[in-house]
Amino acid sequence: MREVTKRFLDVVANDSVTLELFPGEVVALLGENGAGKTTLMNVLFGYYQLDGGKLLVRGKETVFSSPKDAIESGIAMIHQHFTLVPSQTVLENVMIGVEESFFLNMAKARKKLLRIEEQFGLYLDPDAYVWTLAIGEKQKLEILKALYREAEILIMDEPTAVLAPTETKELFETLKTLVARGKSIIFISHHLQEVMEISDRVIVLRNGRNVAERKTSETAIPELASLMVGRELLERLEHGESSPGEPVLEVADLHAKNSRGIKAVDGVSFQVREGEVLGVAGVSGNGQTELSEILFGQIVPERGSMKILGKEVPVGSSKAVIKSGVARIPEDRISTGLFMDLSVKENMILESHVSEPISRNGLLNKQEIESFALSCVKSFQVKTDGIEAPVKSLSGGNLQKVILARELVGDPKVVVACQPTRGLDVGAMEYVHQVMLDERSKGAGVLLISDDLDEIFLLSDRIIVMYQGKIMGETDIEHADRDKIGLWMSGVAS
Amino acid sequence: MIGEIFTVTFITGLIGATLRMSTPIILATLGEIITERSGVLNLGIEGTMLFGAAIGFLTTLATGNLWLGVLMAALAGMLLALLMSVLAVYLGLSQHVSGLGITLFASGLSMFIYRLVVGSPTIPPTVTPFTPVAIPLLSKIPLIGPSFFNQYALTYITWILIPLVSIFLFKTRGGLRVRTVGQNPFAADTVGVNVNLTRTLCVVVGGAFFGVAGAFLTLAQQNMFLMDVIGGRGWIAIAMTIFGNWNPLAGAGGALIFGFLDAFQLRMQSLGVNLPFHVFLMIPYLVTILALIGVSGKASVPAGLLKPYRREEKGG
Repeated sequence: MREVTKRFLDVVANDSVTLELFPGEVVALLGENGAGKTTLMNVLFGYYQLDGGKLLVRGKETVFSSPKDAIESGIAMIHQHFTLVPSQTVLENVMIGVEESFFLNMAKARKKLLRIEEQFGLYLDPDAYVWTLAIGEKQKLEILKALYREAEILIMDEPTAVLAPTETKELFETLKTLVARGKSIIFISHHLQEVMEISDRVIVLRNGRNVAERKTSETAIPELASLMVGRELLERLEHGESSPGEPVLEVADLHAKNSRGIKAVDGVSFQVREGEVLGVAGVSGNGQTELSEILFGQIVPERGSMKILGKEVPVGSSKAVIKSGVARIPEDRISTGLFMDLSVKENMILESHVSEPISRNGLLNKQEIESFALSCVKSFQVKTDGIEAPVKSLSGGNLQKVILARELVGDPKVVVACQPTRGLDVGAMEYVHQVMLDERSKGAGVLLISDDLDEIFLLSDRIIVMYQGKIMGETDIEHADRDKIGLWMSGVAS
Repeated sequence: MIGEIFTVTFITGLIGATLRMSTPIILATLGEIITERSGVLNLGIEGTMLFGAAIGFLTTLATGNLWLGVLMAALAGMLLALLMSVLAVYLGLSQHVSGLGITLFASGLSMFIYRLVVGSPTIPPTVTPFTPVAIPLLSKIPLIGPSFFNQYALTYITWILIPLVSIFLFKTRGGLRVRTVGQNPFAADTVGVNVNLTRTLCVVVGGAFFGVAGAFLTLAQQNMFLMDVIGGRGWIAIAMTIFGNWNPLAGAGGALIFGFLDAFQLRMQSLGVNLPFHVFLMIPYLVTILALIGVSGKASVPAGLLKPYRREEKGG
């Protein structure tokens, strides 16, 4: 891949990225979330069309208009989320797309599959239904699928993210066998130890660009970590003295599973004190979303307790959380933060519409709502065609301002913000940052969950790092060290 | 009265009527199963059947050719199905809204075309409908012969189609692709299967089944076109699709039960059983609802049903 560029609307996901792969080697593609690893691979796999640059397969310039072309060139991609059909058998999943005749020739396909299983030491029952397989077995199936198509190049997108440690070990054995048989592998990961263990070469991406290439034997974890998270520090905003007071938000021993039933939050305890910003760093998908959902009262944790302003609050009740005066800034402003079809003013009163003066005796008070909404729009500088306009007509930054206005009116003592600047442009981002710091100076305790490490450093007084649902480490900002935090984020205790 | 029920004539008549009356429902159910297996719920089924009934009838009225009527009904069904797939597959609109929209649109369109061609005479025009075809030798078997082997050609064809659709879905390349597209379109795309094309083909083939199912009502079961000729059979087919767990054999079985109840209630009415006839009209639908409650929770819905597939939106 030479100088590959890929844009989504006005966002550049890959900017002149170059990647070379030789037969019989494992190249690790390393980078933080949003660095453009998956996008790059989807381009290589023909799933996205490239907007610039060239693709050369075995020295020949090639254009893939769909995954089908990539498959025919011997490229297979194993996605982070498996592309299997649970209600079908192993054999059916393997042969889909490369059936040879109008009537399915099961016997022939089974023979071929068994031969491949023998050859690579990957054993699965062809007649087992996929829904009965364990996660590690599903991954084996994905690899078998690729081998059945005679793939020479395997792209593996964070293959270990879903695996247990023993399964990871098994996977690495398999990968070594594959490489020994002359296959090439692109291994996408942000787990530094795994990268060191399995790869021959490492290519580091950041913000959609190549930042470095190293031979694995000539590098070490600390160097890779600093390459991955980057060193350029944005200017730290004026903070003012940090004089944390009483704890305003305390959680103890929270445990929760995610929607797939996998442990996502595993014994998390912390305190947020008034007048401070506690940053929760971590690579996304390590339990931060679930943590925020517990704090918002959206999901019921398996175990654990929560205190707001020193008072015990029942877990799993968003009503109780709202009542105790917590400002909630959700991760996904479009699907959980706002009703896109409702007007600006209606979105402004989502939480206050049951109380006076916004409503009285079950009837909404039009004048109160309008003057309330107008003052919100004014004080938070929301750019809108008016308070009657549906919020879907607003830009991302202004959507976030509507949420901020709704949540921050009435000077909350606790602010929980999850990825508050995700997808925003720089101007809107700075505005949100300033608002967070203003809340802090007003004496609120702010919990900032973000996978943007720069943002964490910019705003936090203290930092905790989450990895696989646990808190890996805690530090205050004066002693915070990016390399150390990078290691914590990759699950390396130090 | 009990004595009347257990006469040979009554039983052969009842079996024969069951097969006859279940024919359009089986056809529509097979069409809906193919459609839904690919991940599209076609609620345009009721209107598409009516359109097929109207076009089939008018074609035969004009030409006197019954099979030409059936062919035109199939094409008419495919045309509306194509519209459905443009809306629901390519434009990715809500399948519920698109389907119901097509049903409403087709109802008006069918009546409009009918009026345009025949006007509004006091006695509605009729065609000479299909007559039952007795299969030599087999139809002479006592009891079984007159009931099973003295049916309309379309009924025989429908019975052949049941195993054919089943074989297609479970034993062929195309069927595997259809099922995969319906279960996990992303998986299908990554192995090089064209998701939207596959869905469109399924929707269109399903449409042909709906059209013919409608024409069966105006060209075989009856000999004229009435606005309420479909009488909710399309909705019954949707229910049978769920009842049969998206399996052609089980779906056809469900349609058969419905046909039996329908035939039974007609006979009960004609025997003059002392109950308002509305009660009998209600029975088949009531049993359908009870059956659906019975299978609910056990159903294995195609996981991709109702979800339009877009490539660039996925991931980032």
